[in-house]
Order: sequence, then C-alpha cells, then structure tokens
Amino acid sequence: MRFRFTTLTTAALLLLTASLSFAAGTIKIGGLFSVTGPPAFLGEPERNTAKMVVDSINKAGGIKGQKLELVVYDTAGDATKAVQMATKLIKDDKVIAIIGPSTTGESMAVIPVAEREKVPLISCAAGSKITDPVKRYVFKTAQNDGLAVAKIYEYLQKHKQNKVAILTVSDGFGASGREQLKSLAGKFGMQVVVDDTYGPKDTDMTSQLTKIRGSQAQVLIVWGTNPGPAVIAKNAKQLGLKLPLYMSHGVSSKKFIALAGDAAEGVKLPSGKVIVSDVLPKNDPQKGSLLAYVKDYQKHFKAEGDHFGGHAWDGVMLVKAAIEKGGATTEGIRAGLEGLKDFHGIGGTFNFSAGDHAGLNKDAFVMVEIKNKDWVIAK
Amino acid sequence: MELGNQLLQYLLSGLSTGAIYALIGIGFSIIYNATGIINFAQGEFVMLGGMLTLFLMETLKLPLWAAIPLAVLLATLVGLLFERLAIRPLRKASPISLVIITIGGSILIRGLSMLIWDKDTHALPPFSSEEPIMIAGATVLPQHFWILGITVVLIGLNKWFFSHTISGKAMRACSYNPRAAGLVGIDVRRMVLLSFVISAAMGSLAGIIVAPLTMTSYDVGVMLGLKGFCAAIIGGMSSGIPTVIGGLILGVLESLGAGLISSGYKDAIAFVILLLILFIRPQGLFGKPESERV
Repeated sequence: MRFRFTTLTTAALLLLTASLSFAAGTIKIGGLFSVTGPPAFLGEPERNTAKMVVDSINKAGGIKGQKLELVVYDTAGDATKAVQMATKLIKDDKVIAIIGPSTTGESMAVIPVAEREKVPLISCAAGSKITDPVKRYVFKTAQNDGLAVAKIYEYLQKHKQNKVAILTVSDGFGASGREQLKSLAGKFGMQVVVDDTYGPKDTDMTSQLTKIRGSQAQVLIVWGTNPGPAVIAKNAKQLGLKLPLYMSHGVSSKKFIALAGDAAEGVKLPSGKVIVSDVLPKNDPQKGSLLAYVKDYQKHFKAEGDHFGGHAWDGVMLVKAAIEKGGATTEGIRAGLEGLKDFHGIGGTFNFSAGDHAGLNKDAFVMVEIKNKDWVIAK
Repeated sequence: MELGNQLLQYLLSGLSTGAIYALIGIGFSIIYNATGIINFAQGEFVMLGGMLTLFLMETLKLPLWAAIPLAVLLATLVGLLFERLAIRPLRKASPISLVIITIGGSILIRGLSMLIWDKDTHALPPFSSEEPIMIAGATVLPQHFWILGITVVLIGLNKWFFSHTISGKAMRACSYNPRAAGLVGIDVRRMVLLSFVISAAMGSLAGIIVAPLTMTSYDVGVMLGLKGFCAAIIGGMSSGIPTVIGGLILGVLESLGAGLISSGYKDAIAFVILLLILFIRPQGLFGKPESERV
C-alpha cells in the first residue's frame, strides 16, 4: 500500500513539475526541411528564414511573453527520413506544431503521422493534394499548383492562345503540375496538343522540343524546378523554337536567370510576389510583409530572399498568429489556424476555413516576364 | 516539320551526348584493363572537371582557357591521390573489395564537393558563340562541335598512346597478363597509377566540355558515370573504338527513344541495353566470345 502511495505521489509531483516547466518554458515548434539532397534549393532558404523569423520574434519578446524554440531536422528530400524525423519531433522533442516538409512527396508521407498524433503540420510544399481533401491537422503555405496553372491559362485566354504543349518533369512537382494542366485545360478552353515529360537529371531535351516544334502548339508550358527548365530554355534557343515559353513558379528565383543566361529572355511565369516586391503597386496588401522579408533576408544571409524561404516565413508567422488566437497547444494552434482571416504573408493573403486549409487564391500569383536579366510584370 | 528533319535533329543531339558517354566509358575501360576493377568514382572525375573549372573562374578570376587545363590538372591530381591512398595500399585485396572502395571514394568525393562548393547547379560559359548553326533543317550549337572535335582528338591521342608509345604498350601488356608483364620488367604498379591518371584526365575533360550545355553540380557524376559505364559494357570494356561506338549508340538510342516514343523511357533505355548486353553478350557488342578475361 505504502509503496503504491509513494509511486502515486511521485507521479503526481512529476506531472505537476512537468506541466509547470511547460508553462514557464518555451513554445517548441519543429521544422522539417530538406536542407541537403536534390530539393536543397527549397530547404535551405526555408531553414534560414524560419530561424531568422524565430530569432526576430524572440527578440521582440516572444509570443505572449513565451520564447519560441525551433527544432530543425534535415530530411534530405527523402520521404522515409521525413517520417522518421516527424516522429522524432513529436515523440522526443514534443513540439506542438511542425513546419515543412519542403516537398510534396515528403509531405504526403508525413501527413498520416501528423493526423495520428494530432499535431498541426504546416507544409511548405505546393502539391494540391496535401490539403485536398482537407485533413484536420494539415495546412500549407505554398501556393497550390492549380492556382499557378489557372494564372497561366487566364493569361493565355486574354492573349487568345489555346493550343498548348506541356513538358513536365517526372517527379512529384511535375506530376502534380501535369495533372492540373490537363484537368484545368477544359475550363479555360485550352487544348493540350503535346504532353511530354523529362527526367529531373536529364541534360538534353532537344528531342522533346523537336517533337513539339513539329506540332500544332502555340505555346510551350514547362513545369519543373532547376536545372531542367534552364536546359530547356537553352535547348529551345538552340533549336530556334519560335513558341512563347511559359514556366512554372518552380523557377521563380534569380538562379534560373543565371543558369539559362540569354535563353531566359522573354520567358513568362506565374510567380509569388517576393521577387517583384519592389515594383508592386503601393496598395498591394502584401507589400509591407514582402519588403520587410526581403530586407531581413538580405541583411542576414547576404542573398536575395525568394518565395521558397517565404513559405517558411508564412509557416512561422501563421503559427504565431494561431497561438495568439487559440493558445499554445496543438488543438489551440489547429483551431487558431482554421479561423485565421486576411493574413497578409509572403505567399499571398491567407484565409483559412474548415473547408480550405490552403487559404490562398490565384491573386497570390502575378505573371512576370524576364527582361534584361530581371523580372518585370507581364502585360 | 517533316520527319526527316526531326530524325536528323535526334541523331545530332544523340551523337553529341554519346560522345561524352564514350569519353567517360573509355576512362572506365582503361582502369579496368590495367587493374581488373570497375572504378565507380569515374563519374566524380567528370563532376570535378566542371566544378573545378567553375571554381577557378569564379574564385581565382581565371579566364576560361586558363581554367580548363588547370582544372584537368587538379582533377588528375585527385585521381592520382585516389590511387595512391585508396587503391595501392590494398593491392592484395580482391577485386570486389576494390570496387567497393571506389564506390566509397565516389561518395567521399561527392560529399566533399558538396561541402566545399554548394548544392546548386551552375552554368559554365560556352567556349565560343551561342548562336545556333543550321544543318539541313536541324540546329546545333558551336559547343556541340567543340564536344565532337575534342572527343575525336582525345580518342586519336588515346589510340596513338596505346599503340605507339612504350608506356602505352606496357599498359596493354599489363592488361593481358600482369604477372608476365611484371616478369619482363614492366612496373605494374606504375602502370596502374598511370591508368588512374589518364582516366581522371579524360573524365574531367569530358565534364568540362559538356558543362556549358548541361550545366554542372556536385551530383552530376552519378548519372554520367552510369551512362559511361553502359558505353564501356557495350564496347566490351575496350579502351578503343568499340567503347566509342558503344557511347554513340547509347546517345543516339536515348535521343531517338525520347523523341519518338516517350522521354519517360530515356534512362530505362540505357539500362535495358546494359542488362541485355550483360545477359546475352557479356563480351560486348563487338567482342569475340572468349573464356579468358582480356
């Protein structure tokens, strides 16, 4: 009997101290970014940005007086590793929200873990299927591929072009883009006349482009992330391809212009507003956040902030807003996020609801064109 | 555009990619013939060529023409060190252990490159103008001529070296029978070292001439290495013309496959050929069936 009593008291005491230290301590959130591996171009700016934002939140006094702590793991673009790290974040580090992973494939793998453990996951990947259908604990900050596709099609409609050739990369990003390009075509009166793919590591796409050159297509839409699209732009120039070239938001960073060189001139793409933040009209509701982010990033990392890092900025700031609204618990963050309206972030203006965990509409994108090695807003 | 022009375009694209595969494949063969092992770090020499050139141009501000020979020299030095530090101390080991060591070496070189440079893809400027040239309805870039030209020169030099110099003949002797070669006074270990030096130099040069077209990053060596390996297998591990033909066949088939069937099968084509050759004609497409290793 006595033994049992001691155990109980000890347990009660332990629980008490645990909850006490929890209340007085820090708010722990996790980050899953592919800092190495093929999607490192996403993960690195995301991790940098997340750390930078958390630091600046803490410098400004934290959230409701509590410090924010970020635990980041590198997933190396590997879905298996992402799942392991997510479990570690939840079980060992006891985080109350996870930002990431960076890619759609990894996000889809981590979703069951987050749902089972009831921990909010704010993915930084673009795939529509992450939040469609809606999952209770899963949100995302990157703009849906469908929105980017809609932006391109709307632009083509305006310019009276309707025969498109699509060339997509054979990975998660490309497959999702291809699906959207095909399924939305009818709605905008578009006709996909050539549907071809290329491998993420391919180094010569003249074969595909030659095939497209021989077709009826009026425009070519390329869906991929660097370096593939840069190779395609170069190959198109080599072949003297006359078709106007459209790309996805996957290449909207200066890196693409550096890689493709002169071949990038005239390429049009839907992009998040970060890269054109300085030329946005003054009344754009996101302009304040955008300029602050670009300036901060430049100061900390001596590099240009891109919208990939922006996804992590949105992730951390959304969690902050949700905690202020719903409290520092997993359920509080979930409810807080779901009720969030008119949050002017980097990726766009977020309006979450019970039926929409992606929160953005196609105004999150602007059509930009590359002119003289820089971005201008396409007319 | 009519089919004829399309086919010509596929063919030209395929030949230039194939030339690169050939150069890498010859690197595999030279080491195989001298040591009996497959050097899976061959692809990393290709990567080092491109990345070192870029590094020399950006950090030391060297002009392209100066950066290229220096990069080849440095990559060759890496090949030399690799042989001295990783292969030679274990000369008594079985070929399979040595092959595994080369895999380890390739991961090490790749990892170090990632840490020293970065994970990004980089473009190298073309050697001459970027204006496309029309050939009967197909277009090629001046860089393609550089690739084909340099490949032809290298293969010619290679052929001359192996048939007309003492060292070349000695290396061939080692490949036929290292023990007998040793008995007649050939320093077999020196020949092994030489084979790594030549392979590293050829691989890195291949990596440099292709970089303006395909760009380069720390991990380009993996795929290029595998394709070069396919070329060498098709050529029956010969360090001469059969491997060159193997590379060209591979490049053209890939290009035709991507254009006429679907680009999804591009890499599959290379590996299906590799498997077929290994199953049906392990001695290579042009080799005579033999029970003894050549």
